[in-house]
Amino acid sequence: MMAHPQLTEDGRLRHLLTLEGLPRRVLTQILDTAASFVPVAERDVKKVPLLRGKAIFNIFFENSTRTRTTFEIAAKRLSADIVNLNIDASSLSKGETLLDTVANLSAMQADMFIVRHAAAGAAHLIARHVAPHISVINAGDGRCAHPTQGLLDMYTLRHYKGEFHNLRVAIVGDILQSRVARSQIHALTTLGCPEVRVVAPKTLLPRDVESLGVHVYHKMEDGIRDVDAVLMLRLQNERMRGSRLPSAGEFFKHWGLTPAKLKLARPDAIVMHPGPMNRGVEIDSEVADGVQSVILAQVTFGIAVRMAVMSLLAGAGAQA
Amino acid sequence: MPTSLLPTPEQLIDQLARDIAPLLHDLGPGAAADDEWALVGIHTGGVWVMDALARRLGEELPQGVLDIAFYRDDFSRIGLHPQVKPSNIPFEVEGRRILLIDDVLYTGRTVRAAMNLLFDYGRPAVIRLAVLVDRGGRELPLCADYVGARITLRPDEHIALNRNHDGVGLHFDVQRRAGA
Amino acid sequence: MKIHIRNGRVVDPASGLDRIQDIYVAAGHIAGVGSAPADFHANQVIDATGLVVCPGLVDLAVRLREPGLEYMATLESEMHACAVGGVTSLACPPDTSPALDEPGLVEMLKFRAKHMPGPRVYPIGALTRQLKGERLTEMAELNEAGCVAFSQADAPLIDTQVLLRAMEYAKTFDLPIWLRPQDAHLARGGVAHDGVVAARLGLPAIPVPAETVALATILLLVRETGARVHLARLSSRAGIDMVRRAKHDGLPITCDVGVHHIHLSEMDTADFNAHCHLIPPLRSQRDRDAIRQGLADGTIDAICSDHAPVDDDAKEKPFQEAEPGATGVELLLPLTLKWAQEAGVPLIRALGFVTHRPAAILGIPGGRIGVGQAADLCLYDPDAHWLVSPSNLASLGKNSPFLGLEMQGRVHYTLIDGHLDFRRDGHRGHHHP
Repeated sequence: MMAHPQLTEDGRLRHLLTLEGLPRRVLTQILDTAASFVPVAERDVKKVPLLRGKAIFNIFFENSTRTRTTFEIAAKRLSADIVNLNIDASSLSKGETLLDTVANLSAMQADMFIVRHAAAGAAHLIARHVAPHISVINAGDGRCAHPTQGLLDMYTLRHYKGEFHNLRVAIVGDILQSRVARSQIHALTTLGCPEVRVVAPKTLLPRDVESLGVHVYHKMEDGIRDVDAVLMLRLQNERMRGSRLPSAGEFFKHWGLTPAKLKLARPDAIVMHPGPMNRGVEIDSEVADGVQSVILAQVTFGIAVRMAVMSLLAGAGAQA
Repeated sequence: MPTSLLPTPEQLIDQLARDIAPLLHDLGPGAAADDEWALVGIHTGGVWVMDALARRLGEELPQGVLDIAFYRDDFSRIGLHPQVKPSNIPFEVEGRRILLIDDVLYTGRTVRAAMNLLFDYGRPAVIRLAVLVDRGGRELPLCADYVGARITLRPDEHIALNRNHDGVGLHFDVQRRAGA
Repeated sequence: MKIHIRNGRVVDPASGLDRIQDIYVAAGHIAGVGSAPADFHANQVIDATGLVVCPGLVDLAVRLREPGLEYMATLESEMHACAVGGVTSLACPPDTSPALDEPGLVEMLKFRAKHMPGPRVYPIGALTRQLKGERLTEMAELNEAGCVAFSQADAPLIDTQVLLRAMEYAKTFDLPIWLRPQDAHLARGGVAHDGVVAARLGLPAIPVPAETVALATILLLVRETGARVHLARLSSRAGIDMVRRAKHDGLPITCDVGVHHIHLSEMDTADFNAHCHLIPPLRSQRDRDAIRQGLADGTIDAICSDHAPVDDDAKEKPFQEAEPGATGVELLLPLTLKWAQEAGVPLIRALGFVTHRPAAILGIPGGRIGVGQAADLCLYDPDAHWLVSPSNLASLGKNSPFLGLEMQGRVHYTLIDGHLDFRRDGHRGHHHP
């Protein structure tokens, strides 16, 4: 059996690559630690000196200003030094491999890499090749995983709904091409959520998706009935070329979250979305801005969750 | 004093309460009437001491709790404390008079971290420090304003304030560190 | 050069021979089996006690990476690796750079290969120019230059009109066509089986219908044209079922599987191991079981290594960006033996899948042991264990899913055309009398 790619020998977080296979203990520890970081943002001085002197590199092979910024803010609130690198695909095509790039950055005395890449498993590959003192956080790899997003969603759910063991959650939209959905599913099943539903047309569901421990619904009206939370996904327009959907309009008609459809969920159900939203494509503005929406809270909690992950990783690295 | 002669935590808290009481009424020259003191306990033992003190002082003073896990200077050696609790300062720190409370004063690093943390909330007018036990061994230029007892411990000995199993009373545990 | 191979267990699947016997080699041919020909005086005696003496292996898919892809491997290195693996005849697919679509390229390759130690090389010519799937190559010319069959290798042939005409034209000269059944549209962008692992990891998927839809097209066109078609690298249960029925109906088809697909499944890709990024993708355990069943019942005619040496730079990438393929020519024998042992298949039958049966598909006389046959022989120690590691592999491609694992069965001598093209150093019983 291979060593766990994400944990140290004594079971502490070494890298954060995916939520799949992480023990519940570790997920809960991250959420609990994040809870201590939430009030930091409400102070005059929104920084703690925890990671002073640490060098963190945001390495984005796929551009995403939004995700990069949230990591940047989290790192700065921990007093770390953060360097942003947008690596143009063309520099890789000039002959430098992904691992060359990583070796170069390692030589700049980095302590942590935050990696966004278009290919599934890129962060795993980098984690296998970095020096022992460097931790890797996956900030999204292809369709595979976006673990910090999954964690902030769990934080938000727990914040509003308490424990997971009696929750019914529906994830709606492009499950097939969504790394967010995969991270949410792995986290929810690990944390003991008894009923995770996925709601999508067949073209947006992976084959054998049931093997992930979810219930499949094609009709939105059935899928969100009586749920405690509706987790909407962003419809990746840029990935929608081809034949998966006839139009955004038809998608909205059937799977867009409208006030009428939301009434089918429990009256106190919350609505989440990883952003950025396509209003009128997957979510109606009235819902996005409505009282049941916790979308902005997700953003706030996202900073605290990323601070928690970075602190735990830097701490485990200290002893490795 | 040797640890065998150490009074109980409750006795020491009584003593501290008597020492501190005049401070709360003597706001010093130029103080406005509403310049009241606030109590801030350092998680976990300091918070217990603060709670017990507050009961004895019988005054409705604002109370805050500090968890210094994010401010420790040994983070890069030992990592993050496994059970971090949120700090909670439910009052304006800026210009406030603060009585910082902890159970045991040793190297001074915890108090240093707590003061750094307090300053991230604002600039207090005054900080005074009250501890239940001062065991010596300072590594930073700090001293407490109010001390329940001064004791002498060997470097390999460790004193901790713990809550009784009944969840009400407090007691001290003195242990020798294994391998030290 | 006369060689006396003494006391080996001679296993010849074609004739059913399995007995401890001596073999006598003279002038590149087998001069005697069991008894020495008259006046035989060996220049060299090989003590094969404890070794299996079988026909040299015939491998239907070995990429030699020449011309044009020498950064991955060279003709010299891979020819040597073949000899180390006991392979004495090979077919090389046309996916070189440029593709084998001109007689001159084929003649050059054959000429180069002929003048270095190693196996007999049977090039598979490109079916269409530059493998673009548009214009037919000069198949008759290429055949004269040495191509034994025609294929698109792993390049798609999207236009079914071209496919129909390619079959008709090949049939005119009775030339075989080798096709890897994969619908280019259904497979577009995919790198992994459309199953539980792809669902978990979010790898772009290649569904089973990519194979079956292509197979249906090919089989219908075979029915129409009567062309001789060899189906390369089947991967799915449904595909194997279709071939079984088509064979039952009497269609002139044969098929093979890659040796990795007998052992591995999608589960082996679960940690993004790029060495398991293969074409076709490793499918479910059910599909793997169906491949084993297809071998057991004879639906599948041959096992090949599908040898694809890839350099580290091209492999050390995220799964979907890594160059597909695995080095395999040195693992063909031990992995075939491993399968035989696990599946309870008799050795003599198992070896048939890598000797006379692929030879029949190639239309060459090799793959058997008999007086008068060319002396292409493989002598291996069935009990030797060895570790698959970069230093233990002669191929320049060190890309194997089996790195770090132990194999049983190791080649000690390879004779090609009566020449001892490979001899493992340190082996005991080899002397000049």
